[in-house]
Amino acid sequence: MNFDFSDDQKMLKDQAHKFLSERCTPKTVRGVYESGSTYDRALWKQIAELGWAGTAIPEQYGGLGLGYLELCVIAEELGRALAPVPFSSTVYQFAEALLVSGSEEQKQRLLPKVAACEIMGTLARAEGPGAILPKNIRTSFKNGKLNGKKTAVIDGMDADYAVVLTRGSDDAGERGLQLALVDLKQPGVKRRAQQSIDPSRAHAELTFENANAEALGKQGEAWSDLNRVLDRAAILMAFEQVGGADVCLQMAKGYAMERYAFGRPIASFQAIKHKLADMYVGNELARSNAYYGAWALSTGARELPLAAAAARISATQAFDFAAKENTQTHGGVGFTWEFDCHFYYKRSRELGLALGPQRVWKDKLVSQLELSNAA
Amino acid sequence: MDFEDSPEEAKFRAEARAWLDANAKLKTARDNSDPLGEDDKTSLKAAKAWQAKKAEKGYARITWPKEVGGLGGTPMQSVIFGQEEAKYDVANTGAFAIGLGMCIPTLMAYGSKESIARYVKPALRGDEIWCQLFSEPAGGSDVAALRTRAEKDGDDWVINGSKVWTTGAQFSDYGLLLARTDPTVPKHKGLTMFYLSMKQPGVEVRPIKQASGASGFNEIFFTNVRIPDSQRLGEVGQGWQAALTTLMHERLAVGGGTGGALDVPQLVQLARELELEDGPAIKNAAVREKIADWYVRSAGLKYTTYRTMTALSRGQQPGPEASIAKIVVASKLQDLSAFAMELEGEVGALTGEDGVENGAFQMGWLGSPGLRIAGGTDEILRNIIAERVLGLPQDIRVDKDVPFNKAPTGK
Repeated sequence: MNFDFSDDQKMLKDQAHKFLSERCTPKTVRGVYESGSTYDRALWKQIAELGWAGTAIPEQYGGLGLGYLELCVIAEELGRALAPVPFSSTVYQFAEALLVSGSEEQKQRLLPKVAACEIMGTLARAEGPGAILPKNIRTSFKNGKLNGKKTAVIDGMDADYAVVLTRGSDDAGERGLQLALVDLKQPGVKRRAQQSIDPSRAHAELTFENANAEALGKQGEAWSDLNRVLDRAAILMAFEQVGGADVCLQMAKGYAMERYAFGRPIASFQAIKHKLADMYVGNELARSNAYYGAWALSTGARELPLAAAAARISATQAFDFAAKENTQTHGGVGFTWEFDCHFYYKRSRELGLALGPQRVWKDKLVSQLELSNAA
Repeated sequence: MDFEDSPEEAKFRAEARAWLDANAKLKTARDNSDPLGEDDKTSLKAAKAWQAKKAEKGYARITWPKEVGGLGGTPMQSVIFGQEEAKYDVANTGAFAIGLGMCIPTLMAYGSKESIARYVKPALRGDEIWCQLFSEPAGGSDVAALRTRAEKDGDDWVINGSKVWTTGAQFSDYGLLLARTDPTVPKHKGLTMFYLSMKQPGVEVRPIKQASGASGFNEIFFTNVRIPDSQRLGEVGQGWQAALTTLMHERLAVGGGTGGALDVPQLVQLARELELEDGPAIKNAAVREKIADWYVRSAGLKYTTYRTMTALSRGQQPGPEASIAKIVVASKLQDLSAFAMELEGEVGALTGEDGVENGAFQMGWLGSPGLRIAGGTDEILRNIIAERVLGLPQDIRVDKDVPFNKAPTGK
């Protein structure tokens, strides 16, 4: 039994932790909140120098080719630091979409630039509120031209490229879907910044009017390709969520030990102790599920879709709970702009929605259970 | 990261399997008539026979030194043997778990050479069964508040009082007893540890009928029970320290299970079979959400166990994450069973032959309140996580520095 990260991977995690705890404090997040910028440009530049974006990108495409376990430990630290950079969009979503669906030429052309952080990318799926259903996708991609509108696109103001879920034929169902790769710096693309619950994760509406685009992957496989990308991204994102949840527990503990009420630290009241114990339980379950996801991702195991759904649900639940109860433990000050609790409260919910809500992942999980039971 | 055995582990697993093959038969497909294991019908005779067989080979207690009948093995080997043994149709040796897991290690830590030579091997072979006599009507979660008296009379001690929730006392030969020897000092300082024969005059064992109808626990009454001073373990007044040794061994036990035979797969199976107002239960969105919620808790525990086993496999002390298991398992069993009964509808009220699957979920639901209490209540376990894992302050204890006989008791 060897269900843990290796010493080398732990060392990488320590290095990432050390770098981010110096370079990305809550003040960094506050800086993005208050400056109105979409991300921390200097931090992104430093992350580029560290080569983190290329961690799991194979060497043949300009990456470090270390692997997904290494990317998972970095993700946990980015999550812990609430790093306000377009890492998850570019690395977990865009690069993975290229790896899953891209042609050899597309991978050769774009992945080295991703690995060097020379370009940013994102994934554009939603067209409105509610479920994202194949039959409702109206953005069209025909004869190399893209038309339509996508909303709530993460890092959409800054991304150089987007992978867009489109309808590529008249077939109204899943088989008519096509992923399109589009350069966002062209006149046919209009971007509008959207306000979101988490100002350190910038969202945008993208409007395409006869924008030039190219097919990514085969028509008819877009929906299953997209789900494969989301599974991979969910596992990596789960590590960010686990990192964030861990910080919430530490913050709540730190405050509860210092804050006195009724003549004693509030950490000595069972109402607080049991709340923190519940946070610990949720965080450990989420960590263990995320580890299993990491194993499935790094080995390309058959269990990957089930592992991804479990990691996603568990991590979303843990971060949601830890973030809201951290705020609660802080009492009134936890609700002030001045304290940092709200950064985590907002980030936890934003990450919980970013790759689709729990409802969708729970349905996926049970579908996987049905499949495995039938076998 | 992988789930494979190291070469040494694989070798040990093969040895264990070869021995099990030679001495037992593999289980058949679905053989889980007793999901909670609380009403074990397996005869004690069969359990003793299997235990003796394991003891001959050192498998009865793998981590104990060879001198006392163990295998001198590692905790990981113990886990591996347990995993393999679980695949075979062998007698349930749970009756020996408390004796070997808690009582005998305490005896080995505090007992004389003579007592170790006398008691360890018969317990290991299952010839003699031990129970743990700690909890009392006035001392459950607060076990140090126990009132059973041990008073010195010449070279003997005279025991009077009662114990409760004692698992297996009805078939036990010996008991590990924590008693109060000095009520005039604060509660933790007036306790002393002993062992005694459960078959001697003045010891009365009465089974407790539980809410589920089963009787796994007992009350014990001591009336002027005399035991020699040689049956004292540790110094007079040092009983709490000895009890901590006992309880530490409880925490070291690494369980491979995650809640018995009643879990998500059984719920999925039920949901596949039942029809609800809007179609098959398994297609109902609310049902799917619940299944997913419990699945991630079960899976999270399973992989937490893997993390613990990884630490053992590397020869490290497991981290505190193992402490979450019972909190998660017990309330999940209660909630999942209640939900399964909801799906069954009015028929959900039926047990026995008329119940769905012979009332498996009903039995789970009936037994689950006990699981949330036994071995530390949900609340005590949360305190333990808060204090020992997270390092939060202990509760304010108004009786801590007060002589026991002056501490408030309610009545």
